[in-house]
Amino acid sequence: MITKRIIPCLDVKDGKVVKGVNFEGLKEVASPIKLAEFYSSCGADELVFYDITASAEGRALFTDILRETAKTVFIPLTVGGGIRSLDDFERVLGCGADKVSVNSGAIANPELVGMAAKKYGDQCVVISADIKRVNGEYHVFAKGGREDTGMLAVPWIKRCVDEGAGEVVVNSMDTDGVKQGFDIPLLKAVCKAVKVPVIASGGAGSQADFVKLFQEIPDIDAGLAASVFHFGEISIAELKQTLRENGIVARI
Amino acid sequence: MIAIVDYGVGNLFSLHSSLKAVGAETVVTSDKAVIENAEKIILPGVGAFADAAEKLKNSGLDEVVKAEVKKGKPLMGICLGMQMLFERSFEYGEHQGLGLLKGDVVPMKGYIDESLKIPHIGWNALHFVKENPLFRYCKEGDFVYFVHSYFADRCEDSVVATADYGKPLTAAVAKGNVYGCQFHPEKSGEVGLKILKAFCEI
Repeated sequence: MITKRIIPCLDVKDGKVVKGVNFEGLKEVASPIKLAEFYSSCGADELVFYDITASAEGRALFTDILRETAKTVFIPLTVGGGIRSLDDFERVLGCGADKVSVNSGAIANPELVGMAAKKYGDQCVVISADIKRVNGEYHVFAKGGREDTGMLAVPWIKRCVDEGAGEVVVNSMDTDGVKQGFDIPLLKAVCKAVKVPVIASGGAGSQADFVKLFQEIPDIDAGLAASVFHFGEISIAELKQTLRENGIVARI
Repeated sequence: MIAIVDYGVGNLFSLHSSLKAVGAETVVTSDKAVIENAEKIILPGVGAFADAAEKLKNSGLDEVVKAEVKKGKPLMGICLGMQMLFERSFEYGEHQGLGLLKGDVVPMKGYIDESLKIPHIGWNALHFVKENPLFRYCKEGDFVYFVHSYFADRCEDSVVATADYGKPLTAAVAKGNVYGCQFHPEKSGEVGLKILKAFCEI
């Protein structure tokens, strides 16, 4: 059977990997290319590169890094950040990305998902959503979590999947950076609504959090995290072993 | 020299890089003469069958590939490129493939259990049904990366490996000098590189 995937996420700014807590206070970690090679050798099933640069120079540097990474890392690469048009899809796919993740770009222009799915295939288009509870409802946030769109998360994700998004990354802003586990209620709600792979993001603090994620939500396909991997708090190789010992199918 | 056939479908960057990583001299080309002079051919492909088959046909490279295979040159199809080796595909209608292998490409929908997600996307284990030099460096249960919604069926005479997705799905085929992988060796980490290396050495 298909294995559950473990995905390290690399937020890249000005050529360096950074990861903040609750999206603030960014701290430099390492060279993205070296880190990607390291993760690939430890058994990461996929990598997400997230471009959090705002400048044109930063964007060009990001594309160079992506190209260099794809020359030595032979696992699927998903790229997100600043994807607003089909030209942006073309730019990152041409540098070795396999999937492209859209977030604010889809909120600003919902047709982007459908256009990209038609051109590159559903499997290539990932809808990523930053979600936070507001008055007891799940709201979609835009612009790196700074702006409440007022949109309800589950209908928004469902709409993007209907348009052709082949995969969903659910990032809970409520659990992100807190390291107390994934947002199980939110993830359950999304899994119930869509039939495409769902990737859980935000909240991983220990190996047990991943075990709980996959045991409590059998439909979840992957767990994504950043800082716990970057700082060596969780070793991917050990995590995979732990998953197997708990009866979860993992690639070792 | 290995020729990766470029007929305007998909992104060949990773495939090219992975072959370089195993030390193969590789060229991405749509030039008939280059393909004719290459020692081996790789037929890649992503997207929809009909669109890809039409592009390959319009490029005229379908006949070049078939002629080279007839001369005994090793050919490997990858993903949609593997599906195109067969006689027919039933992806949105009925379409002709290259007919180098016996069998049809059919939808997973209706074949696999309804509770399973389509596309079949992610890492799955290889189960070998026949020995083949393509997998000389691999072992039973090695994981490779799949992304597909259709699969090769009625291909008993060429199937060499399957993957379990509730039911067995054709993962790799080989017959004479024609090889095919439904999965993406260029995205399957060390195992994928071993398969590419083995193809280079055939």
